[in-house]
Amino acid sequence: MPTALSRAIPTTARKAACVLTASLALLATACTGQSGSGATDDPSKDTTITFWHAWSSPSEVKAVKALVAGFENAHPTIHVDIVGNMTDDKINQALRAGGDRAPDVISSFTTNNVGRFCSSGALVDLNPFFEKSGIDPEKTFPKPMNEYTRFDGNRCAVPLLGDAYGLYYNKTAFEKAGIAGPPKTWSEFEADAKKLTVPQGSGYRQLGFMPDYHGWESTTEHYLGQFSPTYFDENGKSNLAKDPAFEKGFTLQKKLVDELGGFARLERFRATLGDEWGPKHPFHTGQVAMQLDGEWRLGMAEAAKPGFEIGVAPLPVPDDQADQYGKGYITGTIAGIAATSRKQNAAWEFLRYITTDTDAVVGFANDIHNVPSTLAALKSPKLTYDPRFKTFLDIAADPHSTTTPASVNGGVYLVTIQEFGYDYESGKVTDLRAGLRKTAAQIDTDIAQAR
Amino acid sequence: MGTVTLASKRRRAALRTLAFMSPWIVGFSVFFAYPLISTVYFSFMHYDGFRPPRWSGGKNWTYVFEHYPLFWPALRNTLWLVVVMVSLRVVFGLGVGLLITRIRTGTGVFRTLFYLPYLAPPVAATMAFAFLLNPGTGPVNSLLEKAGLPAPGWFNDPAWSKPALTLLALWGIGDLMVIFMAALLDVPAEQYEAAQLDGASAWQRFRYVTLPNISPIVMFAVVTGVIQTMQYYTQPLVAGKVASGVIQGAGTQFEPGYPDKSTLTLPQLVYNLGFQRFDYGSACVVALVLFALSTAFTALLMRRRGGLIQAGD
Repeated sequence: MPTALSRAIPTTARKAACVLTASLALLATACTGQSGSGATDDPSKDTTITFWHAWSSPSEVKAVKALVAGFENAHPTIHVDIVGNMTDDKINQALRAGGDRAPDVISSFTTNNVGRFCSSGALVDLNPFFEKSGIDPEKTFPKPMNEYTRFDGNRCAVPLLGDAYGLYYNKTAFEKAGIAGPPKTWSEFEADAKKLTVPQGSGYRQLGFMPDYHGWESTTEHYLGQFSPTYFDENGKSNLAKDPAFEKGFTLQKKLVDELGGFARLERFRATLGDEWGPKHPFHTGQVAMQLDGEWRLGMAEAAKPGFEIGVAPLPVPDDQADQYGKGYITGTIAGIAATSRKQNAAWEFLRYITTDTDAVVGFANDIHNVPSTLAALKSPKLTYDPRFKTFLDIAADPHSTTTPASVNGGVYLVTIQEFGYDYESGKVTDLRAGLRKTAAQIDTDIAQAR
Repeated sequence: MGTVTLASKRRRAALRTLAFMSPWIVGFSVFFAYPLISTVYFSFMHYDGFRPPRWSGGKNWTYVFEHYPLFWPALRNTLWLVVVMVSLRVVFGLGVGLLITRIRTGTGVFRTLFYLPYLAPPVAATMAFAFLLNPGTGPVNSLLEKAGLPAPGWFNDPAWSKPALTLLALWGIGDLMVIFMAALLDVPAEQYEAAQLDGASAWQRFRYVTLPNISPIVMFAVVTGVIQTMQYYTQPLVAGKVASGVIQGAGTQFEPGYPDKSTLTLPQLVYNLGFQRFDYGSACVVALVLFALSTAFTALLMRRRGGLIQAGD
């Protein structure tokens, strides 16, 4: 019996609509990308795997090739196709899509996506592989690196070299200002920063320290790392308003901003300074006397041939945590196996070699000038480095060093905290506690949206 | 028999029509209908790009409108740019077009000078502007200070970042200038002569002769300007990044909008939600808001177009 609808729409049009709907549904399904697993391959048989990484400079690419060559010598049946300079966007897309040209092993410079990779199953859980190989990650990697490579018990990533953050200081400026050595507590740091600051007109001839959150590496998480905060409680809710470490960290930074000239003056001065990755970085030029930065800054600063001696030390700690001096914020490159890979056993052999073989890790760290990511490699006599670089090795091995935990929505919570930091340092928000409560609520809402 | 022949003739005619229309039908279906239907579909789904999408009802809509802290600043900025930047671009483009069609010598030089900036790639042009307008080291502020005028913070000041973007857009006015010049040269000269004989002033000639004749072009410039501004992505993002000093390398996460969310635009949110936060559902909501706004602006302008032409008749 024909209905009003069927009378209104001709048969051909209805059939066409059905076909169109079915096609759209098919296309929509095709776009969703399905993760598969298949650790059934035999790595002892001749096989080729694909490795995507983000390194791009000629010296880095050469180091990756040397690392892979070492693996292929040790595992003659497994060949590795190397694809470099892969951004996180490309990696994410490949992990979604899979296919013959997709990577089996990926590495990313950011730890931000680990929570997403683990919770979505985009990277395989490596716990069974570690067990099968008799490797205990807790005894293999430094504690912060273990933390940022897992989420909710799922270890879907492995650290592949690390970054440690410390304090660079201009020894010549220190001597001129009559400061004997690097500050160990934030109180000492505050006093030194003021002593080192030489105003000039509406700017500075020399600024003791650029405290603004836009001041290159002086981000909220790098400051807060020295206060050993707990970002989430046992229920996964933001601890921002509950852990006093956050309040102390924000208070310290704001005090530095106010005491070193105020936000407006500092921002005006910052706009005149060179960029982070260029030779005119204000620490290289002597415009800023102290710099919070990663281990890579030493090589970059020396290459810029500054007219002063560079000192390196751990970042200061809160006065009531003086016994923990030596700790720092740790992050690094991560690597994992794509869930779409059909050669996961071969991929694991490769991943195991590049991340846990002490000589391989040491060789790679020597070539890339990053911090080694295993406890054994950190102590290896084969490590070659400038004596000052040892500060970063010690920070990486320090049991009190901290990191930022993986979250289901990646680094969104860190960006939210950073945004609050901008508002607080500029004076847009004046009630710190209320601001922290509001920011914590925003983080919880964002996480609920991502689940 | 006769009925069958007629029916088959009709069927054949319909098939022929469909065959001729098929390139458009395929293009429309693949590049417009399917993406639009998908966007609506995904706006009601929880989809992170890795796991299959699952129904989430109006959760994404609630999140974007009530909890996503970047949405309202981005909407306000986008509307500001649509109203101020598009209007100024049309007025400035028309002004330059009028000037160049009126001057007697050096037309080629001026035409080239005004058109060349339009050819500059947006990233390079924005970076150049950010350096020129650097509040500490840029030559613009040096000149202003020497002249005893206040030196704004431009891309480093939330109050000045959108005006600075507008300046950048006016600098690249070449596209509109060429379109307006073509339209102005097309206005029949005898209409001006008749108006002059009737004693019309320069303003009256512009208002009652020029404007009605070029009104379709003005409308075209406004509608395309609104649509382009709704898609405004590269320039505010690059300006914000350069001014903030944060050079995004692998492993860094940059939230757009520097300074103080003042350069955030809706297209940046689509990227931020979809590709940085892996929240495709909410990204689709923002995309649909953009679609609705573009449609509403275009419909409104098309209705007003009738009034503009009639006023000149």
